[in-house]
Amino acid sequence: MNLPVDAGIVTDPRARYAAGVLKYKQMGYWRPDYEPKDTDTLCLFRITPQQGVEPEEAAAAVAGESSTATWTVVWTDLLTACDDYRAKAYRVDPVPGTGPGTPTEQQYFAWVAYDLVLFEEGSIANMTASLIGNVFGFKPLKALRLEDIRVPVAYVKTFAGPPTGIVVERERLDKFGRPLLGATIKPKLGLSGKNYGRVVYEALAGGLDFTKDDENINSQPFMHWRDRFLNCIDAVNKAQAETGETKGHYLNVTAGTMEAMFERAEFAKELGSCIVMADLVVGWTAMQSISHWCRANDMVLHMHRAGHSTYTRQKNHGVSFRVIAKWCRLAGVDHLHAGTAVGKLEGDPRTVQGYYAVCRDAVTRQDLTRGLFFEQDWADLRKVMPVASGGIHAGQMHQLLDLFGDDVVLQFGGGTIGHPGGIRAGATANRVALEAMVKARNEGIDIAAEGPEVLRAAARWCAPLDQALATWKDVSFDYTSTDTPDFVPTATAAA
Amino acid sequence: MRITQGQFSFLPDLSDDEIRRQVDHAIGRGWALSVEHTDDPHPRNTYWHLWGLPMFHIADGAAVVHEVNACRKAFPGDYIKVNAFDNSRGVETTVMSFIVQRPADEPGFGLVRQEGASRQLRYTTRGYAAERPAGRRY
Repeated sequence: MNLPVDAGIVTDPRARYAAGVLKYKQMGYWRPDYEPKDTDTLCLFRITPQQGVEPEEAAAAVAGESSTATWTVVWTDLLTACDDYRAKAYRVDPVPGTGPGTPTEQQYFAWVAYDLVLFEEGSIANMTASLIGNVFGFKPLKALRLEDIRVPVAYVKTFAGPPTGIVVERERLDKFGRPLLGATIKPKLGLSGKNYGRVVYEALAGGLDFTKDDENINSQPFMHWRDRFLNCIDAVNKAQAETGETKGHYLNVTAGTMEAMFERAEFAKELGSCIVMADLVVGWTAMQSISHWCRANDMVLHMHRAGHSTYTRQKNHGVSFRVIAKWCRLAGVDHLHAGTAVGKLEGDPRTVQGYYAVCRDAVTRQDLTRGLFFEQDWADLRKVMPVASGGIHAGQMHQLLDLFGDDVVLQFGGGTIGHPGGIRAGATANRVALEAMVKARNEGIDIAAEGPEVLRAAARWCAPLDQALATWKDVSFDYTSTDTPDFVPTATAAA
Repeated sequence: MRITQGQFSFLPDLSDDEIRRQVDHAIGRGWALSVEHTDDPHPRNTYWHLWGLPMFHIADGAAVVHEVNACRKAFPGDYIKVNAFDNSRGVETTVMSFIVQRPADEPGFGLVRQEGASRQLRYTTRGYAAERPAGRRY
């Protein structure tokens, strides 16, 4: 990129393929005239070029280095239908709110189209290796983010998708018309199997639908996985008989090898669990394998997005979580942690609503105010239940219900186990807050505005809820978000 | 005990007026409504008896409350629930479900433990009332 070359597309084929270095623009990767096909995969990248690298060349370089290019011309291109295999950067726009006069270096949005032929059917490992496996380390780019992706229906149909999906999960649990409630067992580490089971039992008997292993609970010296599984299933069945409701505990089957994962999943099935979980760090291939196993064994699959925030959080570099969520839906998970907006972990409300849309929609519509750049037709692929987990409490129930609706799992770990009246009281407080809020919303009450009063009214007859509100009323996590949408909704004249 | 199935079992029992408001919400969303009853409230018994047929294209929620009360009169000792159904593509399932009557005395369930291999137990949730034949449980 620092050798002097003539600018402009090289039309003479002998000159085009002579040994040497050309700009990526000259090699056919910049195609402003290109009309994306319905069968193309479309990627939107956010590029921060190095000083002196023009935006169109940067976009072409991204297209090239995520498809067929290398840094110098190769004659072997001529053994292929190379025009088809090349990705095409077809549009570049400056990102609003960046560049001179702003605190952010100039960024550009670049749209790139990839032919269907580039991707192996039913393999997220292949799609990710193709799109993000190489280009992100490219020196001429200071920073690069894969912001959004449109997966063509032709490729969507090669995936089995979620093994259960929202509809069938609810039918199996026989629970409709409200969010599901869960809690991660705390402390994160150290409890023995027997003590762990006690927490599970108290939380489920008190009114939660699910309890959950944390992402780092696999099989450690303080608790072997088999003892956890035995004790948890005992707790689940006790709580089920006591309440008359189906209950579940997400047994974490994450392990060092795929074989060990299957061994743990088989034991969960033998014990009669309705659900297992795995962590994102097991990787795309393991995720698809355990997903197929879950469908074959009628098991719901909960996916914890462990590790994602190492690469999803900074706006200028990495992969946006909305892309990860799309890949997870294709790879096939039933639950996916997708953010709380109001809790302790990163997530601007509109951006998080965008992640929920990707999980739950039949067709996700373009909505720039929620960071959704493409329309995504899911071709009747089953829907993922988003999970809100991390620093939320009963006092926020109206905000959570208003932001996310009914098809969500609300998880209150500390918010159940830290209740001054005990775990059971904590669970009851959350369940009463939720049911009261759903009932009020259905009656037409504006819960965004009147929610706190609905909670106070329920607290008058529910002592655990009264205590919960008193304990956590001043808790909020007000920090500037690191990843907000670039396009904000504008007030209309009529508003 | 109090079986906590359905959307609102942790709240005080709904009055007819409150039932009517939930029904109106469903009608406003274009959902169908049904009334079902059972004397076998085991959590895995998802097919309760249909009271009549599901009601589609309902003009007035009062009709549903009327059916609830007719079912209460016919089966004063049964559990009764109201369901709403959304038939739009990709949903095609129940979207609301709440209990509107429960027997005066709910004995609930015991947990039967059958010892298995090693440390395993096979669990059965057994309803105390279900020990008696249908029609004589509550």
